[in-house]
Amino acid sequence: MKLILFIWRQQGADDPGKLVRYDTSEISAEMSFLEMLDVVNEGLVKDGKEPIAFDHDCREGICGTCSQVINGVPHGPQERTTVCQLHMRQFKDGDKIYIEPWRARAFPIVKDLIVDRSSLERVMQAGGYISVHTGCAPDANSILIRREDAETAMDAAECIGCGACVAACPNGSAMLFTAAKVTQFASLPQGQTEAKHRVCMMTEVMKHEGFGSCTNHYECQAVCPKGLKTSFIARLNREFLKALDSPEMPESFSGGFLNRGNPSR
Amino acid sequence: MILDGRAPIGPIETQWERHCRDLKLINPANRRKYKIIVVGTGLAGASAAATLGELGYNVETFCYQDSPRRAHSVAAQGGINAAKNYTGDGDSVYRLFHDTVKGGDFRSREANVYRLAALSNNIIDQCVAQGVPFARDYAGYLENRSFGGAQVSRTFFAKGQTGQQLLLGAYSAMLRQIRAGNVRHHSRAEMLDIVLLEGEAKGIITRDMVTGEIRTHAADAVCLCTGGYANVYYLSTNAMGCNVTAAYRAYKKGAYFANPCYTQIHPTCIPVSGDYQSKLTLMSESLRNDGRVWVPIKKGDNRPAGEIPVVERDYYLERKYPAFGNLAPRDISSRSAKEVCDEGRGVGPGGRGVYLDFADSVRRLGENSVRQKYGNLFEMYERITGENAYAQPMRIYPAPHYTMGGLWVDYNLQSNIPGLFVLGEANFSDHGANRLGASALMQGLADGYFIIPHTIANYLAVSGPGKADLDNPEFAKAREDVNTFIAKILAIQGRRTANDFHAALGKIMWEHVGMSRSEKSLKTALRLIPELREQFWEDLKVPGGNADLNQELEKAGRVADFLDFAELMTRDALSRDESCGGHFREEHQTVEGEAVRDDETSSHVSAWEFRGGHEIPEMHKEPLVFENIKPAVRSYK
Repeated sequence: MKLILFIWRQQGADDPGKLVRYDTSEISAEMSFLEMLDVVNEGLVKDGKEPIAFDHDCREGICGTCSQVINGVPHGPQERTTVCQLHMRQFKDGDKIYIEPWRARAFPIVKDLIVDRSSLERVMQAGGYISVHTGCAPDANSILIRREDAETAMDAAECIGCGACVAACPNGSAMLFTAAKVTQFASLPQGQTEAKHRVCMMTEVMKHEGFGSCTNHYECQAVCPKGLKTSFIARLNREFLKALDSPEMPESFSGGFLNRGNPSR
Repeated sequence: MILDGRAPIGPIETQWERHCRDLKLINPANRRKYKIIVVGTGLAGASAAATLGELGYNVETFCYQDSPRRAHSVAAQGGINAAKNYTGDGDSVYRLFHDTVKGGDFRSREANVYRLAALSNNIIDQCVAQGVPFARDYAGYLENRSFGGAQVSRTFFAKGQTGQQLLLGAYSAMLRQIRAGNVRHHSRAEMLDIVLLEGEAKGIITRDMVTGEIRTHAADAVCLCTGGYANVYYLSTNAMGCNVTAAYRAYKKGAYFANPCYTQIHPTCIPVSGDYQSKLTLMSESLRNDGRVWVPIKKGDNRPAGEIPVVERDYYLERKYPAFGNLAPRDISSRSAKEVCDEGRGVGPGGRGVYLDFADSVRRLGENSVRQKYGNLFEMYERITGENAYAQPMRIYPAPHYTMGGLWVDYNLQSNIPGLFVLGEANFSDHGANRLGASALMQGLADGYFIIPHTIANYLAVSGPGKADLDNPEFAKAREDVNTFIAKILAIQGRRTANDFHAALGKIMWEHVGMSRSEKSLKTALRLIPELREQFWEDLKVPGGNADLNQELEKAGRVADFLDFAELMTRDALSRDESCGGHFREEHQTVEGEAVRDDETSSHVSAWEFRGGHEIPEMHKEPLVFENIKPAVRSYK
């Protein structure tokens, strides 16, 4: 099939960017979306032009590296599917496809379609772990976990950290991302000791990194390639409320964070 | 030279414990004076960094991805083995040890494998404590399943995403140490050389993949946790960025490369669909628990699967290996698939595929049950192929997946270069000539959480802290060499892309150094690889420069190393004049086509030493002695 692509090109973080048109032919329906871009790039390189920079790695939907907004939707038109797993049979001959990077205040552009998502890493560093030293764990079956709780924890832990939720949210909120980690540990007995501290620290850093907060648009759930649910955000809010008035609550919190919405408004 | 793996003597059951007793310690207050570099942040690297950080060492980590959480360990689907015997089906440390040695076709080091089996239980404990959500039964206990090549249920799993969950556990533990100030991490940083001072590893050179800056880093020891080299085949189940560069450049600095010809071709991958294909996707082999593998008995039978009656189907694994059936080890399953396709009985476009059929399981357990177990895998299959595997069988074909070879290490995981430690898939030691399912995760984490923290202290205590100084001219020289290499690549300005060369190399390797090899095919490869390499250095095209993010330049550097490494791998395959595990030499097979090992002449590790340029490398042997498990013909019938 033939396609008309409009792809965001931007040399560096401080340079202006623009959509550039590329006409392609000989695209097969069996190709993945990224293989289609490979074909475009091979052509550009052979013509001595700089190829389109885009992030990708595992190409099997699990590493969370690929990050493109396709026709306005993070990860494109297919539900529960990362860009790398999207195949061209989802498109038809003559389609116009607009390809842009994740857009969010907390994700500065590095080049073309590549953004800097280290802000998510800093949210994780703030408390996305259970503090257990290597070697001091008790026998694994000494901690019994209800199957339902283990499954909730697993559903939440499926997050691949791609950041599509942030890119889709009008507030640029990372609440679904943060909520996933908070929910995973809040569902498990091992996670209880640090639960209050964790939710306070992670939300604090989230705010500090320039992410907005949830005002119930549900866009994150619609684009999440792993099908994470906004019910996790409700869980995050409950965990947050449980921590109010606890000594773990940082002083910088005036308590009004949860419904602040878009920080730039 | 005869190499010594320095495994402790005495009864194997207590070797590790006794060895730990003899290893030197570093007092907690002194540990922060020691700096340790960890390259690669997959299971091995992240678990090592986390544990070394907890102990109080000053750790610096590097990965080429934009976050350590994206290392390719994340993609492991099936599970992780441990000898917990929670199911009471007769498992034990000894049995896991036995299965792993046998699975590796008696080409691994017994002492290392026993230690791995013994530590497997600690790994599960550690991961559960970290909050890894392993599958549970309704009473809240951990669930287990059986996995390729095993007759007991010892595999722990987290849906079809075990690697992801274990990696996130190790990653979280590492982030906790970043927060605590014990680990400093660099993402989008690629290691391009290692620096030796007086013959010991004391630093590395990296390229900042965003700015192009070439940086020097000094340390008291270096751990390479940089994964395997399956991308030498171009198409593999590895991530696009997986490469041999760190290991190969360490090899060029004198580290021995052991058994590079041992590669694992995984039997259950989605077949190639066209020339533009960039990678192959694995379907967890746990699918083989409930799926039955077959092809039509008649050649060129093009009827849809559903129209071929059972009597006209050949369930060839069940026929040839009745005891293990569809769960036969990976090398055997892969080779059998190739055989039936070579006979013209393959299915799907191009005839390079076999059926993996769930119809019987759906009938027996109901579609819902199957969906519960494998739903995400069936979805993935449908996304890629557009086919519904509940209604028609999946098509699968083998693909390069894992590499058992790697840098040579002794029992302490130290290479022949003092101060250079190699962990996880990047080393060679535990899987012999073939790795069993669910044991890669086990090895990465055993190395990182439980072995390196002990053994590295022994080295550091002897070598002392702070010996490496960035002002040492060796650092400037190594940086200069890297700059020269990059400039050389950029200066070629030919016509072909790095990808183009990589694909061409992959074709040579798959064709001639793939699932089965012969003297003739290997000699052909040894002729074709240097020709291709010559073209690469004359006709490569890399646009842009070194001063910013340049993905073509990154690729070109990796392909350059693959082109050199491919030759080493082929040479190793040629010198190993026997069939063992994943290394199948056509000259050495029974009339039924089974592999024939030669324990008389080939029971050794081949460790290759770089001799400069494209000189033929020198082979050193580490003899393999089996005192606990008598080498036998590996039979899965």
